[in-house]
Amino acid sequence: MTGALNVGISDWKVNKGSGIIVTYALGSCVGICLYDKAALIGGLSHIMLPDSKGVAAGASTNRMKFADTAIPDMLSKMLTMGAVKARITAKIAGGAQMFVTSSEKFNIGDRNVAAVKDALRALNIPIVAHDVGLNFGRTVFFHTDDGKIIVKSSAKGEKIL
Amino acid sequence: MIQKFEDLNEMHLDVLTEIGNIGSGNASTALSSMIGKEIKIKLPQVMTLDFQDAIEHCGSPEELRASVLIRLKDELEGMILLLITKELAETILNIFFQKTNIDLLALDEGDTSALSEIGNIMGSSYMSAIGTLTNLKIGVEAPVFTVDMLGAIMSVPVIEFGEVGDKLLCIDKSIEIDGVCIKSNMMLIPTVNSLSLLFSRLGIT
Repeated sequence: MTGALNVGISDWKVNKGSGIIVTYALGSCVGICLYDKAALIGGLSHIMLPDSKGVAAGASTNRMKFADTAIPDMLSKMLTMGAVKARITAKIAGGAQMFVTSSEKFNIGDRNVAAVKDALRALNIPIVAHDVGLNFGRTVFFHTDDGKIIVKSSAKGEKIL
Repeated sequence: MIQKFEDLNEMHLDVLTEIGNIGSGNASTALSSMIGKEIKIKLPQVMTLDFQDAIEHCGSPEELRASVLIRLKDELEGMILLLITKELAETILNIFFQKTNIDLLALDEGDTSALSEIGNIMGSSYMSAIGTLTNLKIGVEAPVFTVDMLGAIMSVPVIEFGEVGDKLLCIDKSIEIDGVCIKSNMMLIPTVNSLSLLFSRLGIT
């Protein structure tokens, strides 16, 4: 989509006023949209792992990769732009299990969703809508002028959150 | 000792290219005898890529792919990921079932088991060639199959490797069937530990 802010894997972006933030093809990763409706400030984070603490020291320094670091960082950025914490709500999408098997290793999608919920709970941010789990990929379009989220998948079409 | 993919030097990359060449040569022979067509492979590409670049190397994130994932077991860790474009699926399913105009989102059970089996045979023959070369015992798990957006499929290797770093090493090759180049990716994605073991078996430090 032209003019949209594109969020890659392990990345987040924020916007104020009209515009669209998009992240393509979330699989087991989770997209977190935080929004202050009064200030029209929104942020979209694309995390790929639950927790930075379990990762070996020096293995990764990218805080945008993990639910427990990306969400507070993006929130801080939104607050510096004028968002008010008490007004912020969250919508989340993704966390699928792409290959359905019995192997425990594949269930990272569920673990990501649980970690995102924990991180939001710790910050007292309510989740007002979600489209998570199951076994398909999702693209997320976040309209920061009204907080509308369009979740698109190949097999199930579009859904508005 | 290789600690990170960034530690690989020119010689390592040459060796990996050759490993990819031998493995995918064997895999292509297996595919060729299954479908009765002449298959040629190009020299594999060995790449150490950031996660986002690894996805973009294979195409645009929302493009549809049928995908077969095969995990390695025993002495090597990692996976083989076969990303099948509509074009390749059509070629294969035409040979097997005389189908034309395939819709990847509307494959039936016969189609998905045929494609999984292709992936299985290519993956097993790939790894058996490397096992023979290195004298390592390399097994493969049963293949798993899905059809979805490329980026969503690639999230699986990316997440697993994300626990230990920020890059992915792919040994990738494209194939030609009866002289027609068919876009698709067959990637061997080894873990860092497995790379060290591979090199030490080949007498390289």
